[in-house]
Amino acid sequence: MMVETLQQLLPGFLIPHFNWAMQLGQGIFGDLWPSILTAVWTVIKVMLIIAPLLLAVAYATFAERKVIGWMQVRIGPNRVGPWGLFQPLADGLKVLLKEVVVPANADKAVFLLAPLFAFAPALIAWAVIPFNEFLVLANVNASLLFVMAVTSVSVYGIILAGWSPNSKYAFLGSMRSAAQMISYEVAMGLSLVVVLMISNSLNLVDIVKVQNEGRFADMGLKFLSWNWLPLLPMFVVYVISIFAECNRAPFDLAEGESEIIGYHVEYSGMSFAVFQLAEYSAMLMGCTLVSLLFLGGWLSPVAFLPDSILWLFLKIFSVLILFFWVRATFPRYRYDQVMRLGWKVLIPVSLIWLAVVACWMLSPWNIWK
Amino acid sequence: MADIQNYTLNFGPQHPAAHGVLRMVLELDGEVVQRADPHIGLLHRATEKLAETKTWIQSVPYMDRLDYMSMMVSEHAYCMAIERMIGIDVPIRAQYIRVMFDEITRILNHLLWVGAHGLDVGAMTMVLYAFREREDLVDCYEAVSGARMHAAYFRPGGVYRDLPDTMPKYRESKWKSAAEVKKLNEVRSGTFLDFLQDFVSRFPNIVDEYETLLTDNRIWKQRLVNVGVVSPERALQLGFTGPMLRGSGIAWDLRKKQSYEVYDRLDFDIPVGVTGDCYDRYLVRIEEMRQSNRILQQCIDWLRVNPGPVISDNHKVASPLRANMKSNMEELIHHFKLCTEGMHVPEGQVYSAVEHPKGEFGIYAISDGANKPYRLKIRSPGYVHLSAMDELVRGHMIADVVTMVGTIDIVFGEIDR
Repeated sequence: MMVETLQQLLPGFLIPHFNWAMQLGQGIFGDLWPSILTAVWTVIKVMLIIAPLLLAVAYATFAERKVIGWMQVRIGPNRVGPWGLFQPLADGLKVLLKEVVVPANADKAVFLLAPLFAFAPALIAWAVIPFNEFLVLANVNASLLFVMAVTSVSVYGIILAGWSPNSKYAFLGSMRSAAQMISYEVAMGLSLVVVLMISNSLNLVDIVKVQNEGRFADMGLKFLSWNWLPLLPMFVVYVISIFAECNRAPFDLAEGESEIIGYHVEYSGMSFAVFQLAEYSAMLMGCTLVSLLFLGGWLSPVAFLPDSILWLFLKIFSVLILFFWVRATFPRYRYDQVMRLGWKVLIPVSLIWLAVVACWMLSPWNIWK
Repeated sequence: MADIQNYTLNFGPQHPAAHGVLRMVLELDGEVVQRADPHIGLLHRATEKLAETKTWIQSVPYMDRLDYMSMMVSEHAYCMAIERMIGIDVPIRAQYIRVMFDEITRILNHLLWVGAHGLDVGAMTMVLYAFREREDLVDCYEAVSGARMHAAYFRPGGVYRDLPDTMPKYRESKWKSAAEVKKLNEVRSGTFLDFLQDFVSRFPNIVDEYETLLTDNRIWKQRLVNVGVVSPERALQLGFTGPMLRGSGIAWDLRKKQSYEVYDRLDFDIPVGVTGDCYDRYLVRIEEMRQSNRILQQCIDWLRVNPGPVISDNHKVASPLRANMKSNMEELIHHFKLCTEGMHVPEGQVYSAVEHPKGEFGIYAISDGANKPYRLKIRSPGYVHLSAMDELVRGHMIADVVTMVGTIDIVFGEIDR
């Protein structure tokens, strides 16, 4: 894979040298050479995802501050660099230089591990996210299941972060967060079941491809064939669940800065920043999943424009703006109200719509043949 | 099996929702509050004791610093106490100016309250919108007194100065271009009253805007309706005043019931709540802002056509005009006496109360005839309301504690004094 790609990409005068290096490697490592090549190629691909991702996370914080600033008749960051563009870098530098304070009664090992537990799953899940039909690190056939499984692990980071520093505020925050994430995972899972039923696949690439077909797609109005329209209630349930999963307003009571400050109240410096990175990359992940599952991923909205990865980025960004907008608009739910919404509204709605879609698929009016 | 013990949480004073330095010891069963024990005294500055060592007029600025969110109203109660003991009349124009600034202050206070309350409940945009409007009103403060917060504008016998004919203007700078400055100065080109008139005509729409964000917002209602219900009887027993009492449905307002200054000449309504929950108190305060705006309009109309003196001509109390001082021996002596030993208040005691934005704010003063108060007692509404905290939050969740702190409209300057 790497060899062919590089042979295509490299300028002509380098190709003999490249082939020579390949032969040299073959001579030294013998049969191991193809495996080494694969490993190197995988690492390169991983870096190609993680580096832009971290940059995107950094600029997601910047975008949030700017967008919410405009909504709140403020300017937002504008001191560091032109239009404040270097603000995320300055923030990163600042937290790197700060001391990581470990509370005296904390379980030190767990305290320091918790941010990693929160951050790692948020990164791992990106392994199976397709950016277009071919651009995917690991195109496993149950990628949706993989994403679900991996993102659920991040709740451990939050529980450990709340428990290890021996702080009551942090503990309350983590209890809230754990209860909330587990409750909303049910509603989220149920809405995903509907998606995979109609797509007949657990593979994200296939799920996107299926959205390219349908009566409206044949008419050229491809955006009406995407899953959001036939599964509108599920789309709403899923977006709400994503808000809750990411602990974003109006479900930000794990953080609830005016009540209990949050599960990461005892963290400082880089260990706190890692939680922020985890939160924002989980948020980007949520936006990406919404775009892939319901908004047609990289597909173009109309037939006369080509499909492109840019469409995916545009959709992710639009959902991200929705996140910001909601945060600037709504007050925060109370703990019991969040639970009530999850268990008494979203889960019944998903179950009913699951049954409705199942009947629909068995009926003669099935549109997903 | 071990006993299940309640969880004790120290809420504040280092807490973003503590509104200053409120410290509460909460006893929690899960997230449900079993007992709340407010601790005060972290902002105690001994204002009452300090007043005993200062001449009467020197304590006026202390009143600003009690409730630092509604400055001039506290001054009003204090100046009224002195005036009643001495028995001087305040010129009618000064009374109108005082009423106007009381209502400006009420709007200032309620704007901050709606912002802070929104922030407590999680609607963070409110605070920034409210501060945008507060900006114009603190500019009014600045125009008459030079200070944006601690004005010291009310004086025994009237007010410090008449309303200015010009407003301070923005100047061109590196950050503000000429065009920008011109646009900003448009409303400032006229007199003080023109500037205020512009605000008064804009303000009802602005309140509508706040209401679209909050009043019918489902989450806002879920957080406020039926939270912290106080029955009318209980509200009276607890000594509630102001919006806390009116929220419970009792139409008690000192501006109407014990009318002072020119409130009896003005046309305004007292909003009352029905159920006595946080949502009713929210609605009452929003409506009070609209009513204050009505009062402002009436004051502006009256003040435009009725010039006159703004401070008493009793020079035992109020300084004479500086111009007269230069040519007149007697005025000079008055000025000297006032500036060195201050006014003397006849022996006696008085309780004067005003309708403060937060409730009944009273000054109880005893004079032994000297140039200082013998004893000064301040009745602050926030103190009384805070003592009902335990009753309000019992059985509610932690998140509601924050709502309750917001709905009481706590400012620690007046509670600790």
